[in-house]
Amino acid sequence: MTGKKSYMALIVVGLLFGLMLSMQFRVTRENIANTSVERIRQLTAEVEQTAEKRDALRDRIDELRKELDEIASLTRHDRLRSELELVRMQAGLLPVTGPGIEVTLNDSPMALQPGQNANLYILHDEDLLKVLNELRAAGAEALAINGERLIASSEVRCIGPTVLVNKTKRLTPPYVITAVGNPETMTAALKMKGGVLETLEFFNIQASVKKINKVIVPAYTGPTGWRHARPAGEGVTQ
Amino acid sequence: MALSIWVAIIGLLVGIAIGWNIPLFIPAAYGKYLGIAVLAALDSVFGGIRAAMDDKFDNVVFLSGFVGNALMAALLVFIGDRLGVEIYIAAVVAFGVRLFQNLGIIRRHLFKRA
Repeated sequence: MTGKKSYMALIVVGLLFGLMLSMQFRVTRENIANTSVERIRQLTAEVEQTAEKRDALRDRIDELRKELDEIASLTRHDRLRSELELVRMQAGLLPVTGPGIEVTLNDSPMALQPGQNANLYILHDEDLLKVLNELRAAGAEALAINGERLIASSEVRCIGPTVLVNKTKRLTPPYVITAVGNPETMTAALKMKGGVLETLEFFNIQASVKKINKVIVPAYTGPTGWRHARPAGEGVTQ
Repeated sequence: MALSIWVAIIGLLVGIAIGWNIPLFIPAAYGKYLGIAVLAALDSVFGGIRAAMDDKFDNVVFLSGFVGNALMAALLVFIGDRLGVEIYIAAVVAFGVRLFQNLGIIRRHLFKRA
């Protein structure tokens, strides 16, 4: 060792080493904090906030519905009341009952052979839509899937392994479609040769139709609102 | 000897303090490079301590080893990244083995003295 020179070297080395150590430590620590904990906390808070807002809005809907019911019951005018009832039934805001059928659909129980496409053997939104369309064509007056009423604006969409209807409700198989209408017509429409059920059965998807004297289709409970559409007035036809 | 240890420790502390408070930040993608460089530097430090105990310490060898090893290790990581082969594992193993060897020799020296 040669005195001053060696001290200088030691200082430089120590300095560099400390610098590298602390920088690396910071990078690693920041990394962990960034990717997992912070982001998760942020997203959780967001979800909680949105859920709170949603609950508040849901309460508001209930309140307004109750108000509407009260007004409906207060109305002395019988014609007005029956008209309101009719309109609400058309809109799907009233539970309805009557003769109808119950269609149960489920994924194929078959064990998949290697090389086969699993997508062919599970139910999709398209299959449900085909069944629903056929039912509507056969005169179904009220429809529900797994107890979720379908109205004019209801959608049926695949969301991962589930199906989303009415914007917020996730449904899982088996899907039970209840329909009010003429049971004979609807059953015949579904079981038509080359029709919907035959196509589904080709892929071994389980489907059964049951005629019922009195099916109950619940009322629509999802969100309603007109953000863009406005009444165009009575005289407008085009 | 005791004085030089203190000098080194003071340098280390100052370095840590600077590194901690410096606003400069290394992107996470380069974290691996710095990590390997730190390992190489650590190896050089222990090698230096050992050499000092053997009374074979050479300033030039120590400094060049410290800087050169760190740079070479980082270069190795870089090449490995380009090739898609994780060459840096070789550096980790090599430096790790040497580190423990040096540590063992330092330990023996300490026991001999006691």
